[in-house]
Amino acid sequence: MPAPTPPPPPARSADRAFLEDRADFVRTEAIRLIEIAKVGHYSSVFSAAETFAVLYYAVMSLHPDDPRWPDRDRFLMGKGHAAVGLFPILADLGYLDREVLDGYTRLGNPLGDHPDMTKVPGIDFSSGSIGHALSNGLGMALGGRLSGRDFTVFVMLGDGEMQEGQVWEAALGAAHHRLGRLVAIVDRNGYQLDGAVDDIIGIEPLADKWRAFGWDVVEVDGHDVDELRTALTAAKESGGERSRPLCIIARTLKGKGVGYMETEPGWHLGYLTPADAERAVAEITEKKR
Amino acid sequence: MTGPRDDGSWQYRAVNRLNPGLDWFSDALIELVEEGHPVVAGSADLQYSNGLVKFAERHPDRFVQFGISEQNMVSSAAGLATTGAMPFVATFASFLGLLCCEQIRMDVAYTKLPVRLIGHHTGISLGFYGTSHHATEDISTMRAIAGLTVVSPSDGPQLKAALKASAEWPEPIYFRTSRGRDPQIYAADVDFVFGRGIEHGRGEDVTVIACGSVVHPALEAAAALRAEGVSVGVVDMPTIKPLDEGLVREVAARSAIVLTVEEHNVLGGLGAAVAEVMAETPSRARLVRHGIRDEYSLIAPPTHLYAHYRLDAAGIAAVVREALS
Repeated sequence: MPAPTPPPPPARSADRAFLEDRADFVRTEAIRLIEIAKVGHYSSVFSAAETFAVLYYAVMSLHPDDPRWPDRDRFLMGKGHAAVGLFPILADLGYLDREVLDGYTRLGNPLGDHPDMTKVPGIDFSSGSIGHALSNGLGMALGGRLSGRDFTVFVMLGDGEMQEGQVWEAALGAAHHRLGRLVAIVDRNGYQLDGAVDDIIGIEPLADKWRAFGWDVVEVDGHDVDELRTALTAAKESGGERSRPLCIIARTLKGKGVGYMETEPGWHLGYLTPADAERAVAEITEKKR
Repeated sequence: MTGPRDDGSWQYRAVNRLNPGLDWFSDALIELVEEGHPVVAGSADLQYSNGLVKFAERHPDRFVQFGISEQNMVSSAAGLATTGAMPFVATFASFLGLLCCEQIRMDVAYTKLPVRLIGHHTGISLGFYGTSHHATEDISTMRAIAGLTVVSPSDGPQLKAALKASAEWPEPIYFRTSRGRDPQIYAADVDFVFGRGIEHGRGEDVTVIACGSVVHPALEAAAALRAEGVSVGVVDMPTIKPLDEGLVREVAARSAIVLTVEEHNVLGGLGAAVAEVMAETPSRARLVRHGIRDEYSLIAPPTHLYAHYRLDAAGIAAVVREALS
């Protein structure tokens, strides 16, 4: 089957202010959608917002008019519970009609708390059970090599997800198979449902673990869009030459952007009344960079 | 010393290479590649046990060694399938049916990806390797997963035919196969149609519905019973899901007794699938389920176990006689 002719890529920009604005758009839209569901993963989205924005607006090769374009870069979410932050980007880029967002989690709507590839154009793999995504990405990277396509597979993993054994099965396998086009991004926001990751089951020294498993490791400030863009672009561009997969550890703040969420770990899951939601949106949009 | 002196000594790799019963699996995949299908085969450190070593040597670029990481293998196969590959991944049925159950549900079935899972060494065929290696729950777990086809071929030719037919089957599939030592029932070029049972004679007294490695002994038992004047038919029911419900209703209307035979727990397996159909369709037939009766099997050499659990020809014939008496 001949590859379809790719339509023009969406508008993109490496501009710092633009990417910061898109990250805040992720946060404010997540607040709006969670208001519909009346429960959602605010702070898990907020730590990942800059990574979502940089990947989708500045780094990945995408064609929203053809969501299954075989040469597209892939993005998978081990922490699928942050999908409510990704859906607004997919709508913004044209994968979804914006009205679909308005029915988030309602009966018959394709958008739920976790991403479903069979229902949502632009979702590269379904998730929800933590620990599978790196293996899914490993398979995609193998498939890319086998079919001679040079796409990059980005897999975002939660730091709590590091406690899942399957992650390390995949880490071993990806290094063994020398999958240079596989990139793990660990959202190192420090917290999981029951508390601080390091209090629950500690994962440090994290960079050393990935290195010991045969990966290259880069550590970045996960809220600095320039640093993220530099690291993710380099990851994409160097994939063909690298013989080792790459792990980017994004040091982030869980709940970044809303003061009390940055200090109260319980906001992993929660609900803001319309008035509180409005105040949170104001805090995000009015803050001084 | 360069090696053992006696001819009777053997080592794992060499002895498995000498088992032609293991060729059916690889031969099917090799033919699929030759026909242009984007086959990728994966194994989790069992390529000599399942015979995939033959495929791996023929198509090293299309074989992925996952090592002892079965869950990773299943999830990776799903990722591979999204890139247009047609993955066939194999390990012991006990591991696929239980250890990888959630990866199969979430990454393969829920996503509707055309992954082919091959669970080998089913039932009690691993004998004294013990409960960890016995697969007597896999039909039950796999048929409970929405969107997953479940197929238990009864011999090598049928396995090969089913694997080849899978190229045109849109859904993910769990294949349940034994250890490549089943006596051959069908000709090498037998056809396979998903969802269709195969009748071997018709019986008014009893119809035995069996799947997998116990079909051959069921046929032997039927021959012995016929010599005693019993009117007995056998249905080889390789597709457990979707079940050939029409054929179940047909034999239930025809026979006084329907006896299901499987090397699997009687809970949730073939017998349960047949029971569900019969319960919803009143008939004159009485159902008897024969298999492992909700217990962990003993350990013993396989032939001893099949005899103990009355899953060999003599045992199945005895179960029929008891049901008729």
